[in-house]
Amino acid sequence: MLEVKNLSMRFGGLLAVDGVSLDVQEREIVSIIGPNGAGKTTVFNCMSGFYKPSGGKIIFEGKEVQGIPDYKISRLGMVRTFQHVRLFTQMSVVENLLVAQHRHLNTNMLAGLFGTPNYKEREQSALDRAAYWLERVGLLDLSNRDAGNLAYGQQRRLEIARCMVTEPKLLMLDEPAAGLNPAETKELNQLIVSLKEDYNVSVVLIEHDMSLVMDISDRINVINQGRPLASGTPEEIRHNDDVIKAYLGEA
Amino acid sequence: MAANNYRHALFCAIVTLIISFPILGFNLEAKGVNIELTGAKTSTIVAVILAAVAVFVFQAYRDSFMGLLGKLPKLNPLADKEPMEQSKRVKLESWVLTGIVVLALFWPFVVSRGSVDLATLVLIYIMLALGLNVVVGLAGLLDLGYVAFYAVGAYTFALLSQYTGISFWMALPIGALLAGLTGMILGFPVLRLRGDYLAIVTLGFGEIIRILLNNWTTLTGGPNGIGGIPEPTLFGMEFGRRIKEEGNTSFHETFGIAYSGEHKVIFLYLIALVLAVITALIIRRFMRMPVGRAWEALREDEIAARSLGLSRTAVKLSAFTIGAFFAGFAGTVFASKQGFISPESFVFLESAIILAIVVLGGMGSQLGVILAAIAVTILPELAREFSEYRMLIFGAAMVLMMVWRPQGLLPMRRIHITLNKQG
Repeated sequence: MLEVKNLSMRFGGLLAVDGVSLDVQEREIVSIIGPNGAGKTTVFNCMSGFYKPSGGKIIFEGKEVQGIPDYKISRLGMVRTFQHVRLFTQMSVVENLLVAQHRHLNTNMLAGLFGTPNYKEREQSALDRAAYWLERVGLLDLSNRDAGNLAYGQQRRLEIARCMVTEPKLLMLDEPAAGLNPAETKELNQLIVSLKEDYNVSVVLIEHDMSLVMDISDRINVINQGRPLASGTPEEIRHNDDVIKAYLGEA
Repeated sequence: MAANNYRHALFCAIVTLIISFPILGFNLEAKGVNIELTGAKTSTIVAVILAAVAVFVFQAYRDSFMGLLGKLPKLNPLADKEPMEQSKRVKLESWVLTGIVVLALFWPFVVSRGSVDLATLVLIYIMLALGLNVVVGLAGLLDLGYVAFYAVGAYTFALLSQYTGISFWMALPIGALLAGLTGMILGFPVLRLRGDYLAIVTLGFGEIIRILLNNWTTLTGGPNGIGGIPEPTLFGMEFGRRIKEEGNTSFHETFGIAYSGEHKVIFLYLIALVLAVITALIIRRFMRMPVGRAWEALREDEIAARSLGLSRTAVKLSAFTIGAFFAGFAGTVFASKQGFISPESFVFLESAIILAIVVLGGMGSQLGVILAAIAVTILPELAREFSEYRMLIFGAAMVLMMVWRPQGLLPMRRIHITLNKQG
């Protein structure tokens, strides 16, 4: 469903991403790994429309999407999370989820001002969807807390829930396990797998936690210094000499 | 430690002397054509020295003074208590609000004409502050040129009445819509800006509008302003002693009561009250709608908001437009109340005061902003007996306010949303 062909991104004289390609099928978890500064997040930023790539193509469901503004990309069904959690910290947990459903709501101002039946119906279904996902990530009891007051692990889960209420087809997770303890990482592991199994969402994952990556990925792409290094199943990557070299240094 | 304290105290005392002695200790007196420098009265000099001593003592024993201050009873006895239950608080708030509105309805019939006039002004400021609250408090866009939209509303009415003889009721929506349109047009170039940069550009816009009004003499009359703006009518009944426009009747003759200048003032007050209530209700509704949440989301984190499919353009422009719309509302009422407007009424200080109201009240909080609008408008009037010191008192009150409650009088609270558990 998603195909990235020969993507490159140049910042002035720095070629941050050079010729990276990857593809994601329906109901598949694809990981992007690589040492720090390899250009993983830059690839993400190009895919989600934050950067306009300098070269290459991004094809989502048969449509070229490179260079389309970020908010339009997310409306197509490609939604991302961030390396550093980006919640609306002064808004309550449930409001965070309502903002994300902007697209599903009746945004006609007059309909809202007069509270037409259609408006109320959609508002209620948005609330129900929010409740469903809060329950799913175990935050229902905290729904009226300020999002900024949640514990870090809870914030991570809320960010994923916030993506899921938009009913995406492809979810891009940027280091979702960063800062989580082993127990929380395990829960996250199960959550991501269930997103794929139960909700038919494809996932692109950037992650440093190798146990998580090896556990849940269907395929892995390795990037080093902006260039693709290897790609394949977790088993193939585990035994790839180039990858071992890049991670552990030359022996 | 102690020596350090004394040294610091001595330094402060000397600074006090250096600052106050040249200002208070000398007088300039005109003797014939020359000006002579004379020493002030002994009492003044004694007072200056006493002040320096007071500063010294306070600074030297500051820690113990501050310690004592901490032992004083809390200003807010409820501070340590559990917050009230959500449903109870909401109920209480709506009762209080209804109470205030009902009180405000009957109030003008028992007080003096001057008070009613002042109250009308307060209501105009409430409208302005509620509008700016959308832009600054909710959407987080620091707008220092808000007064421009106020001016657009006022001048729309003034000019239309001068050239086409339009009535207040026709001008009200036109003025508000034009102001909203101006807000949208001015919003376009500043879409990419945030924070300080936005503040500077909006400040510029505010000045451009004022200078335009000041210099386009052929249309706006320049600094002379526009006079003879009609007062609102009630179903074609005028409130003046004599009827100005053909076809109208006069209020006192229709009801067979003696003419009184107060009728007009009270009527204007009631119009302002109704409009302020409408403004508050509409904006309150907006805050609970998707668009209101989008404003706040953009304030909280623009990148995250965009990644969820919110268009920055639409969200920012809607905030600017709606804020400006209500400023236009207020401007029309203002023009009608004064009967005369000139660019002088729309200087930067007005923008600053409206912004101060929003910040003092608590960004985003409607009740807080309303209370602050009342306080900020009435305080300088109450302090009138201190004559030239009244702005000083006003400033000091603001500083104290910010130290005591930096989050504003009544900080914004989240709306409680009850969710039904999904199977």
